[in-house]
Amino acid sequence: MKQLLAFVRKEFYHVFRDKKTLLMLFGVPIAQIVLFGFTLTNEIKNSRIVVADYAHDYASQEIIRKIEASRYFEVVKSNMSHDQIETAFKTGTIKIAVIFPANFYNDLSHLNKAQIQVIADASDPNTATTLTSYLNNIITDYQAQKAQQTKVPYLITPEVKMLYNPELLGAPNFVPGVMALVLMLICAMMTSISIVKEKEMGTMEILLVSPIRPFLLIISKVIPYLIVSIINLITILVLSVVLLHLEIKGSLLLLFFESTLFIISSLALGLLISVRAESQMAAMMTSQMSLMLPTMLLTGFMFPIENMPLPMQVLSYALPSHYYYVIVKAVMLEGLGFMSIWKETLILAFITTVLVVINLRSFKIRLA
Amino acid sequence: MSEIAIKADKLTKKFDDFVAVDAITFDVKQGEIFGFVGANGAGKTTAMRILCGLSKPTSGSATVAGFDVYKETEKIKRNIGYMSQKFSLYDDLTVMENITFYAGIYGLSDKEIKDRGESLLSQLGISHEAKTFVASLPLGWKQKLAFSVAVIHEPKIVFLDEPTGGVDPVTRRQFWDLIYEAADRGITVFVTTHYMDEAEYCNRLTVMVDGKIDALDTPTNLKKQFSVDSMDKVFYQLARAAKRSGD
Repeated sequence: MKQLLAFVRKEFYHVFRDKKTLLMLFGVPIAQIVLFGFTLTNEIKNSRIVVADYAHDYASQEIIRKIEASRYFEVVKSNMSHDQIETAFKTGTIKIAVIFPANFYNDLSHLNKAQIQVIADASDPNTATTLTSYLNNIITDYQAQKAQQTKVPYLITPEVKMLYNPELLGAPNFVPGVMALVLMLICAMMTSISIVKEKEMGTMEILLVSPIRPFLLIISKVIPYLIVSIINLITILVLSVVLLHLEIKGSLLLLFFESTLFIISSLALGLLISVRAESQMAAMMTSQMSLMLPTMLLTGFMFPIENMPLPMQVLSYALPSHYYYVIVKAVMLEGLGFMSIWKETLILAFITTVLVVINLRSFKIRLA
Repeated sequence: MSEIAIKADKLTKKFDDFVAVDAITFDVKQGEIFGFVGANGAGKTTAMRILCGLSKPTSGSATVAGFDVYKETEKIKRNIGYMSQKFSLYDDLTVMENITFYAGIYGLSDKEIKDRGESLLSQLGISHEAKTFVASLPLGWKQKLAFSVAVIHEPKIVFLDEPTGGVDPVTRRQFWDLIYEAADRGITVFVTTHYMDEAEYCNRLTVMVDGKIDALDTPTNLKKQFSVDSMDKVFYQLARAAKRSGD
């Protein structure tokens, strides 16, 4: 126990005295959250929308006010003809147009249904889909509001058929991915570097000659990074809530439990790298190429797994970060409990165990 | 002085076809300063790694502090100290933190660490540097500190692997004063070197050539045996026959 304490204290000195390490440990998570949260978002804000209101009645005005209130649109009121709208699209000054026909309110109140036309610039299909879905959302909202006031439901059918996908809305989706990325980066890379550094400095020899057991050595190397990672986890969660207005829907305790499991698997990967790598540079490159990139590209937080070629899909299912991403999404964004993620948890636990066992064995081999 | 600290009998280590250590046989007595001299690549470090329990021999037998190098490496580790050519202190830790850490992994109590740490610092005359980071110490001081740290748990035997690389003969002489003091306290010192002035300081020494031990005696007797007036010449006569080149 005393050995462990002496060792862990030493590791903390290493962590807190190296400015570069500190920057990596605490700067990277913050930078990642800010970068991913604000720049890599699917959300489109303040798009210019042309509103051609030929009805100019009570109902159309109300819907336009709603559009104006939305943070997604910047309304340009102008009764343009179709030709004029097309010209505006071509010059790129607007992205979407909505046209209220004359007698909009009349149709709505007497026939109980009315039509509006939505024209979107589909040269950028993603933006077009997103904008139309925002608009559709606003109209659906209006209908629901009206339905409460009258017995007979109104029906407004926009001409564009749109799919509403709540997952498309903004940053939340990236946060679980960033969590997987940051935790893996810190755990795997920093642990492997810190062990390889001891090899380079020659201190590893002294440690191996000392009566300290390899298992104890591994544990002492890992504890500081486990603690730092949990601090990072808290940082990410706080930033997500405060900065990205994300709501953590599920159990915080469950989230921490699953994260700890993932952290341990990443630490084990880092140790595995350190057994092979002979220099700090090699350790860093190996961690980045073999862990960071796959985590970024293959876990499904940037590109959907279903669209990948089969070998890539297989690879994705071998990554601990894949399961962690699924788990965090379920717990944090969807508020699901343990019963919905026990399979992923089990697989993650299995991978972690395998990694730890491999580590303990390879550490002994090095001693021989 | 009659007790045997290290005993090796036909100790051999092969890496595939390459015989790094070739059936070496020798005894080291308790409290003796025993030198292992040889060119780079002669097999000194490999032999030392076996005796430290870092590497398993291919054949032959050896005991260190009475423990078997095959089966009792854990017990060996508790009874030895080790200092390598990189002297292995942590640059980003202070002098006292390094002492505390190494004493801590050998399981010394807080009081022992404090007492021994303070006496060690005053012996080295660097009490005022306790809170200095090791990175900013001069090389000679680092070496002396590394040695003192290697024997802080009062081991039966201390292994020194080319401990004085890169320092001038005067600093080396000061370093050897520390070694003599340790030997006076009954610590057996096993040292590898390729500096011949250092070889002269040993009680007994052996010259290793191509993994084999060719000569083993006191420096005086070796000089007599080869009818020369310095260790340099003894070494030269033996090493001339070497087939392996240094790496």
